[in-house]
Amino acid sequence: MSIDMEQFHGVFFDESQEHLDEMEHQLMDLNLEEPDAEQLNSIFRAAHSIKGGSGIFGFDALTGVTHVMENLLDMARQGSMTLTTPVVDLFLKTVDTLKVILDNYRNDEEIDQSLADSTVLQLEAVLADGDSEPSAGGLGESDAAAAHEEEQEQGFGFFDDADTKPASLEANTASEDEDGFGFFEPLTAQEEKETAQQVEDEQGFGFFEPLAEGSQSVTEEQENIDGFGFFEPIEESAISAPISEEKSVTPDVVSSSTKPVSVPKVESPPKSKPKSKPKTSAAKKPSGKSGATESSSIRVDTNKIDSLVNLVGELVITQSMLAMIGSEVQGEAEEKLQSALTELQRNTREIQESVMSMRMLPMHVTFNRFPRVVRDLSTKLGKKVDLQIEGGNTEIDKGMIEKLVDPLTHLVRNSIDHGVETIEKRLAAGKPETGVVILRAEQKGSSILISIIDDGAGLNRQRILDKAIENGLNVDVNMPDEQVWKLIFEAGFSTAAEVTDVSGRGVGMDVVRRNIEAIGGRIEIESHQGFGSEFHIHLPLTLAIVDGMCVEVGEQVFVVPLVNIIESIQPNEDQIKMISNDKLLWIREQYWPVIDLYKTMQIDNAITDPTKGIVVLLESSKKRFGLLIDGLLGQQQVVIKSLEQHYKRVSGVAGATIMGDGGVALILDVESLAASVKIPIPEAEVL
Amino acid sequence: MTSLRAGQEQELLTHADSREFLSFVLGDEHYALDIMSVKEIRGYEPVTKIANAPPFLKGVINLRGDIVPIVDLRLKFDVGEATYNEFTIVIMLNVAERIVGIVVDGVSDVIRLTDEEVRPAPEFGVAFDSRYLLGLAPIDEQMVILVNIERLITSDELGVFDRQNTVSDAAD
Repeated sequence: MSIDMEQFHGVFFDESQEHLDEMEHQLMDLNLEEPDAEQLNSIFRAAHSIKGGSGIFGFDALTGVTHVMENLLDMARQGSMTLTTPVVDLFLKTVDTLKVILDNYRNDEEIDQSLADSTVLQLEAVLADGDSEPSAGGLGESDAAAAHEEEQEQGFGFFDDADTKPASLEANTASEDEDGFGFFEPLTAQEEKETAQQVEDEQGFGFFEPLAEGSQSVTEEQENIDGFGFFEPIEESAISAPISEEKSVTPDVVSSSTKPVSVPKVESPPKSKPKSKPKTSAAKKPSGKSGATESSSIRVDTNKIDSLVNLVGELVITQSMLAMIGSEVQGEAEEKLQSALTELQRNTREIQESVMSMRMLPMHVTFNRFPRVVRDLSTKLGKKVDLQIEGGNTEIDKGMIEKLVDPLTHLVRNSIDHGVETIEKRLAAGKPETGVVILRAEQKGSSILISIIDDGAGLNRQRILDKAIENGLNVDVNMPDEQVWKLIFEAGFSTAAEVTDVSGRGVGMDVVRRNIEAIGGRIEIESHQGFGSEFHIHLPLTLAIVDGMCVEVGEQVFVVPLVNIIESIQPNEDQIKMISNDKLLWIREQYWPVIDLYKTMQIDNAITDPTKGIVVLLESSKKRFGLLIDGLLGQQQVVIKSLEQHYKRVSGVAGATIMGDGGVALILDVESLAASVKIPIPEAEVL
Repeated sequence: MTSLRAGQEQELLTHADSREFLSFVLGDEHYALDIMSVKEIRGYEPVTKIANAPPFLKGVINLRGDIVPIVDLRLKFDVGEATYNEFTIVIMLNVAERIVGIVVDGVSDVIRLTDEEVRPAPEFGVAFDSRYLLGLAPIDEQMVILVNIERLITSDELGVFDRQNTVSDAAD
């Protein structure tokens, strides 16, 4: 039986990543005074799953570290070791190490063995301390288990925790019998065939689960569960004896192996992924006893969803083409056709909505990492910070979630480093000694608002202005606050008195703004000296669709993103001024530079006289300007298509979309159009 | 059974180092390109113009949801007359994982050529630079010029692809 193990690597990496996130999350949640047994168990299980999997694939560095970690966790779990903050810190560090090693394996890089070794040493040191304490029998047993593990680590860490002799004995037989596939071991030839069949059927889903430990005892319970056939014991009598013992020693093991876990969800509400691994439930039907608590979900490749999103986009276009044709139909058929078309329209819209929702993930996927960031940072800086997360259930496009991580991390770190004051300063200012940082996500209409709010000192206007002048930026001492705050987004801008490893290198805010703009968002700052500052990030709901205004120039149609539009006007003669060759429009008590879209896009037969056309007033993050077009066609949601996929980037164009008639319209990139505005608008002067 | 036999013969032929080419007309010259890079052949339809693009890049069209650039080879190589009517042909190519449409005067035939039939390309006398040519092949007393379409489409000269996106440039 030869199975290409490579094909399961991806799944293992994904799964391990989830386990590590889970471990980190649970560790953060852990109440040191009264550690919750179930929480410890789930940390233990996560470590164990990684160990089991890495054992199978021969990822020895992972196995080594998780092994020691697991022993330590086992002691903690059994109460033979007291968890202290340093120990939890060490665990968190270990999780970091594991992440590094996992990435190494994933990227086929060289393993950072020294990192792994030093982590193992640190863990062993703690383990030795724990060992010296007089401990219950449980400890001895786990050592014994460890001994078994050592023996069997080569290739299959599967039966490692077999505390009982019959099991381990069988495990050993297994290792002798079948190269590398010990887990199919206690089977007769016939059953083995079945197993192989099953493995094939399941596409590898169920079988490298951490079923291993206690599998002997578990099997009996699982006899009737779909998908576990291959663990069926042959010599039931031989196994039935240890069951009770094993259960009593490591009760959790049982639940860990009967994968559709009975882990109470309540323990850990914000979860990056559904607790029980989705593929588990996909591979086998939820068994009766645990099915009730499990939400059924499957793991689907994002590419598949993306292509579905694309197809639905096509469907929407086809539907609007049909609607256009339908409006031309005359006579008897007209009414029937119209009602069918209305039905079609409703259905396509619903399909579109539900497909879009498949790409959506709750914000807590991102937010969950922050308790750790805040904890580490506040300890380091000697500040007390309470992080409050709100609206973690707000859903946002998956593509954006990934790109939000860095900017948010930076902003949160900033709030703690620069925003929240030291304990002494807070007390002196009459504030409670614990600072509060609020991370909030909410949906507002068709956009998402993410806020990072702290009750710290707020931005220091004078320092920012001084620094701006020092950096040679064009500033005015009487600039309104909002414009002063915007200065911190300039490259190379940092008002931190000294450069720490936390912040102050001046690369941050500039990158934050660029990352946010890259996903079609914008950032605003509110700040009150002494009371704290608020960073608001406005994001579109999804990256795949944009609300746009269709405009006409010559014979071509363009889409202007609605978020950038302030208003559209038809100017009078006396509102137009010319400076050298550039048009200026006097409106709202300001001069606005005007870009002729027909010139930028090289279009013939367009209206060149602003008083005959329409000027759309646009706002980018840097500049405000007017855009001369022939006329407005109407507002519409458009599906964004990439121009770069088959062609290349075009300046001034963010992408393309397909209109109702099947033609292509270009979506304007207001940011890059703004860059072509030569006359800067000295807003402060005009005001 | 006969059809099966025919299929087998065909397979045998394929194995015998022969390749199929799609021949097309540009001006007075007959060209051919590897049929494996042809996605489909369709009529010319109105395009959406792209600003600051060279004149031979007509614009982009919607090919079932993909935004695809259309290059008029007649304009690029200054052959034939760049008229657009219901007989204007666009060959949709799949090149370097991208789709590009090329406008030609007409599509003539699918021809099968073995390596022996292909003669080396001349250094001059063709609209195309010789580095975009695979060779020449005599078909029915006519010379057909075999074009290395992948190299042509991905070339800087055509500029359809971003520099960093073309495979050859990435290797540089």
